[in-house]
Amino acid sequence: MKRVFVNEEWCLGCHLCEYNCAFANSGEDNMSLALKGKPIFPRIHIEGDEKVPFAVSCRHCDDPVCVNSCIAGAISVRDGVVCIDKNKCVGCLTCVLVCPYGALAPSESGVMQKCELCLQNSCGEPACVKGCPNRAIVYEER
Amino acid sequence: MKQYVIVGNGVAAAGCIEGIRRQDAEGKIVVVSQEEYAVYCRPLISYYLEGKTDIQRMQYRSADFYEKNGCEVLYGKTAVAGDAQKKTVTLEDGTEIPYDALCVATGSTAFVPPFQGLDSVQKKFSFMTLDDTLALEQAISDDSRVLIVGAGLIGLKCAEGLHGRAAQITVCDLADRVLSSILDAPCAAVVQAHLEKNGIAFLLGDSVQTFEGGKAHMNSGKTVDFDVLVLAVGVRANTALVRSMGGEADRGILLDTAMRTTLPDVYAAGDCTQGLDSSCGEKKVLALLPNAYMQGRCAGINMAGGEAVFDTAIPMNSIGFFGLHIMTAGSYANTQVIDTGKDGNVRKLFVRDGLLSGFILVGDTARAGIYTAMIRDKTPLESVNFELLKESATSAAFSPETRRKKFGSVV
Repeated sequence: MKRVFVNEEWCLGCHLCEYNCAFANSGEDNMSLALKGKPIFPRIHIEGDEKVPFAVSCRHCDDPVCVNSCIAGAISVRDGVVCIDKNKCVGCLTCVLVCPYGALAPSESGVMQKCELCLQNSCGEPACVKGCPNRAIVYEER
Repeated sequence: MKQYVIVGNGVAAAGCIEGIRRQDAEGKIVVVSQEEYAVYCRPLISYYLEGKTDIQRMQYRSADFYEKNGCEVLYGKTAVAGDAQKKTVTLEDGTEIPYDALCVATGSTAFVPPFQGLDSVQKKFSFMTLDDTLALEQAISDDSRVLIVGAGLIGLKCAEGLHGRAAQITVCDLADRVLSSILDAPCAAVVQAHLEKNGIAFLLGDSVQTFEGGKAHMNSGKTVDFDVLVLAVGVRANTALVRSMGGEADRGILLDTAMRTTLPDVYAAGDCTQGLDSSCGEKKVLALLPNAYMQGRCAGINMAGGEAVFDTAIPMNSIGFFGLHIMTAGSYANTQVIDTGKDGNVRKLFVRDGLLSGFILVGDTARAGIYTAMIRDKTPLESVNFELLKESATSAAFSPETRRKKFGSVV
């Protein structure tokens, strides 16, 4: 299955992926309306410093510890994609406690959200990859 | 065709069913369920009271879970005895069920100390099951004064759940601090202050001497008037079935890292067990949902002839009250403490023998799983940039090569 991978030697730390992610999942079709003047809650984030920045999003692990640990039964694997049922999630953050990659963060409402590869939104393919100016983030089989 | 029997129908049982089906699509699975419900998310009962979920959304698995997995569930039944030689378990009504492999996932029961005068209290509840919760919900009203005995995880989550649905909530505990099993005194003080700010009252280092109807006479000489009592003093692992069969149990059913009990073809999983805490090497009751699932799945795989090991269990908790999140993991004993909390946040890292052995975070809990994984994996601190980790949980602390593996390959 195709996953999002990060080649950190190409990452500029520009944070565009964060904005593209927030926009793709906003349900809006105008980026300015979706994001301007608002705090954003992207499902990918940049870590590191100016010298070595890198993007982090869900690894869609083969045996996801978040799925095994979710106290609400809200995280499941669908065709290899680790998905969260925001309706079931109660925001206990157990998934944050167990994810070895630091890939999960709460949404604006406090329930969890995570990278689902943009398969459920209108983008249809990972917006972070599509908009990465240096091709540091890729969507491929490995 | 093998017959698998699972006694218990909680998350460990669900893990066991999924473990068995990874190996064996054919064998019959019989589930003995004391409760009348399909597997539900037990830790969500406080969220139910709070109105953050409902019974439908509390279902741990989809409605067709048992059917899809070829399980026969015997609802409202209790296994009272078993025979490890004959390989049978016996239900209350005398029915004998034969097994090729048995998983005991009987959970735990609220421990109620023999308080003097407890019989005189009309509305008293434990807070462990959905039935407890529904009964408690029936008993409270806007003008109820609630006394909760026990300031641990269960008592405090109950207090939060009832907040806004009762007039007054008082929590007492013999311990001198809240969450004494997972927090040290300074961290507990931060959490207690936050709970008090939200209207929860405390009587700590104090316990009930006698009950007299709606009055609790405390050891300190104080008297608490209440309408509804919740007893959240502690829990006991349900070990009776395995003991009756001749299996060994201490505070929980003794397990090896393949979830085998001391009896042949008898496995155990979940809150009824005492297994390895890999953060300190001791055998402990680790009554946590993630461990229950992992133990159950490991047991299931092995029951069906596979080879699974679960040897990375550690104590860990993610718990929040009124928007303040707390995360703890591992063990704190005999450690060097690194305390770098600032701006009202707690960040304590516990280091032993060059390894991270535990942590306490209050407030800023971002990416805490990076720490948790370091405890589980026993990552040598000399292999990471520990200075960075003292400030925040970040993968920037790993070498570029480690990061390439983590973020550039299938994991």
